[in-house]
Amino acid sequence: MSKLAPIMRLSGISKNFGATHALKDVDFSCRPGSIHAILGENGAGKSTLIKIMSGVLKPTSGNLYIDGREASLQSPTQAASKGVVCIFQELSLVPDLSVAENIFLDSPPKKWGMIDRKKQRVAAQALLARIKCEDIDPSELVKDLSLSRRQMVEIAKALGKKPKVLILDEATSALSSQDVETIYDLLEDLKCEGVSSLFISHKMQEVDRLCDTLSVFRNGQHIETFAKGERSDEEIVKLMIGRSVDAQYPDKRPLIKRETQLSISDLKWGGELQGVTLKLGKGEILGLGGLDGQGQKELLLALFGVLRGVEGKVEIDGRAMTMRSPASAKTSPTNFALVPEDRKTEGLMLEMSIADNLMIASLASISNGPFVSSTKERDAVAKGIKKLQIKVGSAKHPVSTLSGGNQQKVVIAKWLQTNPNIVLLNDPTRGIDVGTKQEIYKLIHELAEQGKSVLLYSTDYAELIGCCDRVAIMYEGKISAELEGDEVSEAAILSAALNIGDVLEDEKRETFNA
Amino acid sequence: MPELKKNMRLLISQNIGFTAATIILVVLWLLYNFLHPRGFSSAVLIQNTNESVAIVFVAIAQTLPVLLGGLDLSVGAVMTLANCVASVLVSGTPFQIILGMMITLLTGTAFGLLNGLVVVYGRIQPIIATLATGSIAIGLALFIRPQPGGDVDGDLGWALTNDLYELVATYGWWDADAGWFAPISWFPVPLLIILVISFGIWIPFKRTITGRTVYAIGSSESAAFMSGLPIDRAKLAAFTLAGFFAACGGLYLAIQTSSGNADISQAGSYTLNSIAAVVLGGTSLLGGIGGAIGSLVGALLLRLLAFYFRILSIDPLLQPLIEGVVLLVAVSLGALRTLQTKNRLRLFR
Amino acid sequence: MNNITTLFSSEDKPILIASGFIVVILLIGTAYTLATQGTMPLLTANYLMLQLQSGAFLGIAAAGIMVVILLGHIDLSIPWTMTAAAMMATTVGSELAIPTGIAVGLAVGVINGLGVGYLRVPSMIFTLGLDSAMRGLMVAHTGGYAPADQATPLMRYLASGDFLGIPMSLCVWTAVSVIIFLILRKTTFGKSIYATGNKEAAAYLSGIRTRRVILGAFVVSGVCAALAGVLLAGYSAKAYQGMGNPFLLPAIAAVVLGGTHILGGKGRYVGTLVGVILIVLLNSVLSIMQMPEAGRQIIYGTVIICMLLVYGRGQKISS
Repeated sequence: MSKLAPIMRLSGISKNFGATHALKDVDFSCRPGSIHAILGENGAGKSTLIKIMSGVLKPTSGNLYIDGREASLQSPTQAASKGVVCIFQELSLVPDLSVAENIFLDSPPKKWGMIDRKKQRVAAQALLARIKCEDIDPSELVKDLSLSRRQMVEIAKALGKKPKVLILDEATSALSSQDVETIYDLLEDLKCEGVSSLFISHKMQEVDRLCDTLSVFRNGQHIETFAKGERSDEEIVKLMIGRSVDAQYPDKRPLIKRETQLSISDLKWGGELQGVTLKLGKGEILGLGGLDGQGQKELLLALFGVLRGVEGKVEIDGRAMTMRSPASAKTSPTNFALVPEDRKTEGLMLEMSIADNLMIASLASISNGPFVSSTKERDAVAKGIKKLQIKVGSAKHPVSTLSGGNQQKVVIAKWLQTNPNIVLLNDPTRGIDVGTKQEIYKLIHELAEQGKSVLLYSTDYAELIGCCDRVAIMYEGKISAELEGDEVSEAAILSAALNIGDVLEDEKRETFNA
Repeated sequence: MPELKKNMRLLISQNIGFTAATIILVVLWLLYNFLHPRGFSSAVLIQNTNESVAIVFVAIAQTLPVLLGGLDLSVGAVMTLANCVASVLVSGTPFQIILGMMITLLTGTAFGLLNGLVVVYGRIQPIIATLATGSIAIGLALFIRPQPGGDVDGDLGWALTNDLYELVATYGWWDADAGWFAPISWFPVPLLIILVISFGIWIPFKRTITGRTVYAIGSSESAAFMSGLPIDRAKLAAFTLAGFFAACGGLYLAIQTSSGNADISQAGSYTLNSIAAVVLGGTSLLGGIGGAIGSLVGALLLRLLAFYFRILSIDPLLQPLIEGVVLLVAVSLGALRTLQTKNRLRLFR
Repeated sequence: MNNITTLFSSEDKPILIASGFIVVILLIGTAYTLATQGTMPLLTANYLMLQLQSGAFLGIAAAGIMVVILLGHIDLSIPWTMTAAAMMATTVGSELAIPTGIAVGLAVGVINGLGVGYLRVPSMIFTLGLDSAMRGLMVAHTGGYAPADQATPLMRYLASGDFLGIPMSLCVWTAVSVIIFLILRKTTFGKSIYATGNKEAAAYLSGIRTRRVILGAFVVSGVCAALAGVLLAGYSAKAYQGMGNPFLLPAIAAVVLGGTHILGGKGRYVGTLVGVILIVLLNSVLSIMQMPEAGRQIIYGTVIICMLLVYGRGQKISS
């Protein structure tokens, strides 16, 4: 490790979101002329850390120093003016403006007080050339670019701010291998220029090849920082996992042979689904794992009738089905239910009452003709609230007054009212406190015991292990591995998801090739 | 050369609505002149542009709030207010006339700023805020001019509603019959006013950070915020400029008709036509796409449709029907793409 | 005290403020008449009934447009839907007059619903285009003059007759109000309207056929506007050009002043009723004061802005 003074230092940084502690008393520093990997599971606090470093979030407590001076960053612009630039996963590009305009969005070159478009285009071209993106025309609109090209523009935009600290949050996940090479070269160049690059990635090969320093985060805490080569990959994975799978999950269910309820074969949609083949047994809980954005969400949406132009075969109880809309997917004979990704925009009508949200998917069951029966409604709402032990003052209050965990329970309860056969869950416990998580796990098991089939996508590997009978891992729009029984371990899931089968125990290797 | 060709293609495909509107305008205009007994004459052009100035300015005014993703229901009213102010003040000595014109424009600009303040700091949705302020503007206009009428300087009216020859001849700036002047002396003053003011203000504005922010807000307010753009300033500027352009329309209308008229239904129809012109010119009502030059074209297109009724001796009574159908067909064609969206969730953004 | 704050939700607040403002208007008006004439006609049942009778047309149109605003959309085709319905009703005449008028509203609603719900054209521009097209049709139909046809006796009776001393138009308004209230409060359609207006994506993913909901809402709006137009023709004994024009903006204002959120999802029908009464009384007090049109417009706009500022401030403090 170099002996240079840290360019940026965090001391005792904590960040709370309500009752959850995203970061706990973190000390962290990065030095000029280094490429520094930040490793950790989903929810380890990496993204909170970089949001604080780049001025998007303010820490609950603790201090931040840049070049040895204390700095309080109020906005991304201010952070950029101090040389801290972040390339976000959620793009900060304006879709209807051109590439050049986006690269110099808030600080364009000027002539007579006006934006000098010619100079802007030339400068943008130079920046794009630096990352070997001569194929991108600076005059093109960002919305007309593919996702990977947009990501490169985002990188060019960051370079245009002449960073001293450059933060890359999984910036390579959307890129082609050729672009990834370009970024590697770029980072090496920047290293020589004395820039400190913070590199967040799930890909171990990448980290191995590129970074000189590694820091591992877990549960919002900074666990350890070490130079490359000090630890084996195995040790690193252990540091990232850290905890044992504890007793917060219901008892494992015995593996039994189940009759197939849902059978998907060669399901294709756009670039996201490249031929998914999967079977779900009656009463089974099947976990869906893998890195974020490998087609898991699209698979659930395709089954629920949201996507147009889905190819492939979906059979339920041996009969071929097509789902044309959620309205048809939720009714007989398919009887799907979907707990969507974002409960605030897709799951709930936040301003509406708890009662209305509970009943919105099953209005037919509480109505006589077009009229909603108040007595039926009251009974159904009371039953739903009781069954899921949702803590409410009154069912008439807006659902936005509930805690995140209870809100998610409302989404799940809404779908239990329709009495579905197959329940699709998209990361149902994200951002939810531990107590409620346990209740949701228990509920999932109860559902399965009642003979309902569950397809559970989760970004939390521990959850897949603790909760599911079987786990299917998705990689680039396909099922890359299916694990069951004792094969389901955190190490196996993680390495299948990262596609780094060879660094782990040998006896697991055959499952990776499945 | 291939570079240039590529850039042209890009420019066209990025502004497909604007391009289509412009081509249709040019074709229809040429056809119109062929059909017109005195086609391609300066007189016809003068008459046509005279009747277009007010709606062009009001449409340009509407463009800015629409680019933000909002709507300004007060543009017609502010135009009317300026029209009435001008009908009182634009007369007398040359100095008084110029002062009166400046006060007129200032009135509209101030009113636009008021709209912006209510929207930005009062946090009221633009459509409702401007619905209310529009009422206030009409009230003020009625207060200034309870009955239609006015006393606008006649020379000015003559000079600004004819060709350059008459402008120069009226004020005697130089010998209007001078040989060097002949090639351009036919050019209509109203067209010159439209071009100078709209290009002269819009193009520089678009090239400021504030102007760019207006687009960024309409396209993705969160990305604009993440990139540290001045959001409040851009919103204030957009509504203020809208007020200014509306006032330009009102001022010209006063000069052209040498009177002011605080007509509520006329103000309303100007506002509604401005929305139609903005959409026809290729600006998206969702914000972020389009521009004032498109609205200029859209407004001219709307007027040109009306001129056709005259020369084809179609019953002018059919005019609103055709206008409405043209608008419906245009927006429905633009919307056909949504029927092919592959992820239906994207429809709801 | 705590009970009171929980008793009134945030949706009640605009309604309470607007109701309070109605009282203030009546007091100011009465103070004015006492001072100038020594009488207080404003507070007599007869006068109030008369105001409500003439307010019924606005009230019925506002009831319809509220349903569309709850979806986060808007219906700018109200003016010529009213006029077209009135003109077609008087043209057809006889006992078919009213059904014809209503059918016009139904057709307009279906076209708007298809354009906005299925083609997803912004409602602002689609309804505007249809309004213009209908204006064209009507002008062509009548030659630009007021049609000579007279309103049928039934139309006149419904608009200006009375039943046991209660004006019939008030009865019709009440009936419409009850229907809209029931739709919004008690039917699956009503619940779907709120859900769609609140978060269309969530409603869609809950299996609500949101396109049909949008279509249905525009049909309600079209039919209400048509009914208001038919009644208005009965009131003035005939249909005339532009008869619907003065109703659009006051209807939107009444809905918003009643606490319905312009971006949809939130609002109560009672609020719209209060909003309509507020606007009707404000107008009548201003005309008693012989306020010139100029002052009316200014007061009108100022009241809307000020009340919305007050509503907004309340929301900010409570959250």
